[in-house]
Amino acid sequence: MRQKAMDALPGSSWTPFEINPNLPPETADIVIVGGGVVGWSIAYWLKQKEKLSKGMRVLVVERDPTYSQASTVLSAGGIRQQFSLLENIHLSLASADFMRNINEHLSVVNEDPVDLQFNQSGYLFLASEEVAHIMEQNYNTQRMSGAKVSLLSQHQLKEKFPWINTEGVVLASYGLENEGWFDPWTLLNAFRRKAISLGVIQCFGEVTSGSLTLCLIVCVSQVQMPNSMEYQPVECAIVVNAAGAFSGRLAETLGIGLGPKDSLAGIPVPVEPRKRYVYVVHCPDGPGLDTPFLIDYSGVYFRREGLGGNYICGISPEEAEEPDTSNLDVDHQFFEDKVWPKLANRVPAFEKLKVTSAWAGFYDYNTFDQNGIIGLHPLINNMYFATGFSGHGLQHSPAVGRAVAELILDGEFQTLDLKGFSFRRILAQEPMLERNIV
Amino acid sequence: MSAPLLSFHRCCQRSALLLVARRRWSSSSAAPGSLLSRCLLFLAKRYYDVEMLLNWRAKVGRDRLQRKNLYYGYTRKFYGPEIASAYYILSLGGGFRFVGQSEWFRANSRGKFSWEFLNYKDSLVEEVDMSHTVINYTGLSNLERQQHLRTLKLQGCPEVDDWFLAGLHMFQDSLEELDISHCTQITAGGLAALRNLRGLKRLNVSYLPKISSPGLVIILLEEMLPHCQITAEGYDLSLRQAVEETS
Repeated sequence: MRQKAMDALPGSSWTPFEINPNLPPETADIVIVGGGVVGWSIAYWLKQKEKLSKGMRVLVVERDPTYSQASTVLSAGGIRQQFSLLENIHLSLASADFMRNINEHLSVVNEDPVDLQFNQSGYLFLASEEVAHIMEQNYNTQRMSGAKVSLLSQHQLKEKFPWINTEGVVLASYGLENEGWFDPWTLLNAFRRKAISLGVIQCFGEVTSGSLTLCLIVCVSQVQMPNSMEYQPVECAIVVNAAGAFSGRLAETLGIGLGPKDSLAGIPVPVEPRKRYVYVVHCPDGPGLDTPFLIDYSGVYFRREGLGGNYICGISPEEAEEPDTSNLDVDHQFFEDKVWPKLANRVPAFEKLKVTSAWAGFYDYNTFDQNGIIGLHPLINNMYFATGFSGHGLQHSPAVGRAVAELILDGEFQTLDLKGFSFRRILAQEPMLERNIV
Repeated sequence: MSAPLLSFHRCCQRSALLLVARRRWSSSSAAPGSLLSRCLLFLAKRYYDVEMLLNWRAKVGRDRLQRKNLYYGYTRKFYGPEIASAYYILSLGGGFRFVGQSEWFRANSRGKFSWEFLNYKDSLVEEVDMSHTVINYTGLSNLERQQHLRTLKLQGCPEVDDWFLAGLHMFQDSLEELDISHCTQITAGGLAALRNLRGLKRLNVSYLPKISSPGLVIILLEEMLPHCQITAEGYDLSLRQAVEETS
C-alpha cells in the first residue's frame, strides 16, 4: 500500500501510460511530407527566412529512418548548368553558389564544417550530327545566363581527351566551372543538422491521409508510426509535398485526381517512380583525374568515382522498357545488353572492365514533361508541391527550397522566377520540355 | 627596420591573418581549444545570448573578408581593368610585375604602397604574388581579363579552396606557373579543376593537409598535365609496412 502511494505521488518515474517519445506534435504550422534533400532544404529556408525566432513550428515527416529507398542517397550526385530551359540553368547556378558558400549558410556552432567532397570536374555532352544544332542553341542560352560552358569541335575534343573515340561526335559541350559531383548524404545531413538547430522538428512516420474540408483545405494529416499501428493526427496550416518518387501516391491518398475526368478535381499529380540502375565498374586503364561526367548522345553516361580507377555508369532505358518499380533489385543483364556496348564504343579502354557493384534508385519522374512542379495546387488552397524533378532534384534542392520558402512566406517568388514550373502548365496541357540531345 | 624584427613583424601579420580567416569551432581539431574557447562553447550550449554573440562575431569576420574581396567596379570603369586589378592586389597585400619590367610593385609591411603603378596605364600584369593574403573566389573576379598572366603564387592563402581553383579557368591560355602550397582548404576534387590549365609548366602542390592519399594524387596530376613539372614536398610517401599475420 505504501509502495503504491509512493509510486503514484509526483516525483517518481512510474506512469500508467507508455508515452511514445517519437510521436509528432499534435499541432504544427507547416508539415513537410518527405525527408529527402528537397524537404529538408525547404525546412531550412523556412526557418532561415522567418522573421521571429521560433515564430512557426515546422515538422518534417519522413517515412523511412534508414533512407533505404530515398532517391537522394541513391543519386549519382552530379550538378550541371547545361540545360535548355532558363529556369533550370538559374536553379543550378543558384544551387552551385549555395554550395560554394555552404559553410556560411549551414555551419552550426561547435560542429564540424560541412565538406561536400565536391569534385570540380565538369560535364561533357557529346552531340552527333543530327542534334548539334540543339546543342549550339542550348550553349547560347547557357552563356547568356552566366553559365561557364565551352564548345569543342571533334578535333579539340580528341586533343583534350585522347581516350575518347570521337567517331560520330560533331560537337561537344564542356562545363568549365560550377559543375561536377558531390556527396548527397553530406548535403542532406548538413541541411538536417542546421534545420534542427534552428528548431525544425523531425518525425519518422508515414502520412496516410489528410482530411479535406468543404473548401478543400488539408487541415489534419494522419501520421502513421513505422512498424506499428499507432498514429497521430497532426493539425496543420500548410502541407508541403516533397515526397519525391512517392508524391503521386501521396496525392492520390488525399483524393487528388479522383474526381470526374474532365474537371480540375480529375487531374492527378503526374509524378511516378521510375527505376534507374547505376553500375560501379573498375577499369585500371581508364581515364584519369580529369575525367568529366560524360554523357553521350546515345544516352549512356559515366563518371569517375574516387581515385582508384572506379567509375559509375548507367543509361536511361527506353520508354517501352521501363523496369518494374515494386522493388530496387538490379538487373545485371541490362548492363551487358545496353550499357557496356555503348560505353566501350565511346571509350575503348572500357572494353576491359569489371562490374564491382550496382544499385538502383527511383527518379521522381514527371510523366508530363520531366521538369519539376513547384507551387500551390489549384484546388487545395494550402498544399504546396516541390516534386517531379525527374533526376535533377538533388542539384536544384538549395534553390528550390529557397523558392518554396519565398512562396509560402512572401506569397510570390523573390529571387528566381519559377512561375513556369507551377501547376498551371499541367491544367493547360502546355508541357515545358527540356530540349536535350539525349 | 632590422631584418629579424621585420621578419617577426611579418610573421605576426601572417598568423593574425590565419586566426581571422580559419574556421573556428571545429570539434575535430587536432589540439583541444584553449580554456577560453571551451568556456565559450560551454556557455553557447546553454545560453542563446552567447550563441547569438558568437554567430554575430563569425558573421562580422566573414563580412570583413567579403569587403576586402569586393569587386572593384568603380576603379574598373574609370581606370580600366589592369589598374583595377593592380589596385586590388596591392590593397590585399600582394605584389605584381608588369610585362616588360623587372621590378615588383608591393605593399610594405604596414599595407602602404606607392601609386606609381598608375603611370603604367596600358601595361599588362604578368606575374602576381598573392601569398598569405585573404584572396577568395569573389576576389578572383577582380583579376579577370588579365590575359597575359603567366605566374600566380598563392602560397599559404587560407581562403583558397576548390571553387577558387575551378575559377582559375579564365587563365587557361596564359598561365604557366601556379603555386598553391600550404593552402589548407584544397582537396583532390579541386586539383581535378586544374585540368583546364593546359599551358601550365610548373605547379607546386606541397604541404596540402587535406589530400588524403598524396602519392596517388601526384601521380594522377602528372598524368593529367603531362607537360607540367610538379613540385610536391612535405608528404610522407614512404610505403607503410604490411602488418605481419601470425599463423
